[in-house]
Amino acid sequence: MEILIDLAYIVASILFIFGIKMLGNASTARKGNLLSALGMLIAVVATVFYKEVVDYPLILAGLAIGAVIGWIWAMRVQMTGMPELVALFNGFGGLASVLVGWAEFEFGKNTDPVTQIAIYSAILIGGVTFTGSFIAYLKLAGKMSGRPTLFAGQKAVNAVLFIALLALGVVYVMTGSAWSLYVIIVLSLALGVLGVLPIGGGDMPVIIAFLNSFSGLAGAAAGFVILNKVLIVAGCLVGTSGIILTIIMCKAMNRTFGNVLFGGFGAVGGATGKAVEGEMKGISIEDAYYALEAAQNVVFVPGYGMAVAQAQHAVKELGALLEKNGAEVRFAIHPVAGRMPGHMNVLLAEADVPYEQLCEMDAVNPTISQVDVAIVIGANDVVNPAAGDDPSSPIYGMPIINVHEARTVFALKRGKGSGFSGLENALFFRENCRMIYGDAKETITGLVAQFKG
Amino acid sequence: MEILILLLFVFVLAAFLGFELIQKVPSQLHTPLMSGSNAISGITVVGAMIAAGVAEGEFGKWLGFAAIVLAMINVVGGYLVTDRMLGMFKKKGK
Repeated sequence: MEILIDLAYIVASILFIFGIKMLGNASTARKGNLLSALGMLIAVVATVFYKEVVDYPLILAGLAIGAVIGWIWAMRVQMTGMPELVALFNGFGGLASVLVGWAEFEFGKNTDPVTQIAIYSAILIGGVTFTGSFIAYLKLAGKMSGRPTLFAGQKAVNAVLFIALLALGVVYVMTGSAWSLYVIIVLSLALGVLGVLPIGGGDMPVIIAFLNSFSGLAGAAAGFVILNKVLIVAGCLVGTSGIILTIIMCKAMNRTFGNVLFGGFGAVGGATGKAVEGEMKGISIEDAYYALEAAQNVVFVPGYGMAVAQAQHAVKELGALLEKNGAEVRFAIHPVAGRMPGHMNVLLAEADVPYEQLCEMDAVNPTISQVDVAIVIGANDVVNPAAGDDPSSPIYGMPIINVHEARTVFALKRGKGSGFSGLENALFFRENCRMIYGDAKETITGLVAQFKG
Repeated sequence: MEILILLLFVFVLAAFLGFELIQKVPSQLHTPLMSGSNAISGITVVGAMIAAGVAEGEFGKWLGFAAIVLAMINVVGGYLVTDRMLGMFKKKGK
């Protein structure tokens, strides 16, 4: 029996590997996801046949309850709520690893140092993943300010916490005492909270990718606790592929991961670069319409503001009208626009924007000077020209979409304040930029009405 | 000890494989890749089942039970949202 179970685990591992590989390619992604789900099913079913697994009612009840809750959440979520849901799911995975480690400790059969190290790792990594993801969830869902939360001595507190966790780890592995493990659980949870608090909304894509990687590693650690190969393989695959995604996100912002973690980027009172000269000039929806009506080449640059205003459907409609009017319409998507990797792609796909119109930053920038009108919808840092020409700006060096080189820029914005990162955007003060204040959805709907009227 | 060395071996190989698997991912797929691999990290459910299965004390059993529920939410929810997202991509890809 054991051998059959192990063989099933090998099959599951292969399906996970192909699943992840296929997820990285547009034409095979959906099939890849299904394959990896099949692998999961095989792994779960095989585990039922373990001879040590005896309490079937309890296990089946747990599987059923979890499946139903997950199913309901997944089916009900709006696409705009996707980032926070992914963060929440991720946190649950981390907490599950904590509990597996804890349960094995209570079971207390394996007391050799290596198992203790594994229990310690599962609890530490899982605990940080759980509370870290939960704070990310609160920030993304708007239940908590997206700005970095900083306080005096924060770095020192985190450093002390981290060192205490290492020291307690040594104590636990040497003695196997219960108190040390309980303190480790509490401190790991605290570290997750304090670690993510100073990270601002704009950096969320990086931290979500990183926590995703961490939840995989927590699973792998749990695998070492119970000596289970499929946990190790699957957890490790997620851990490393998550790190790759994290690196991609960091590169897109021209920042190091350490800077994201400890930078407190966008905190109130942080560096803001040089003061911007000039004034912002507004434009009415009517005048904006006349400009768009005459435009031959239009580029939309969506950002988090589009998600907040739920404007994607209205934007799609405006895009279609512009195209009918004879203009070339494109959507320029910055890799870190929004609050999770690929956020804008998901929203625009939901609104049925044609695939050919979605362009990556590098494809749009070389042709930007031929663009008649660039419409920035709730994006801020990713179009801030200070990233290119103001070495004192905290975002200096970050690749941006060069909309300031377009003939005209319309920036849709709620009010005059600075964006999420707290930076004044030099773009808004440029000669060729006009602000359209108000709710993005209402503004776009207004433009659509003008076209139809 | 021997099994641990073997497991470590598996871990290291899997790590290298993970790094090799995805190199250039189109940004369109960043979200599905993340939420899809997030679902895979719910593999902890297998560990939870074993933990709940072997536990002798009541407390350990309930810890295992809670772990099963949480990991299963992660698994089912993760795969479903990923499928929903990819479904939307497909629709317009034709």
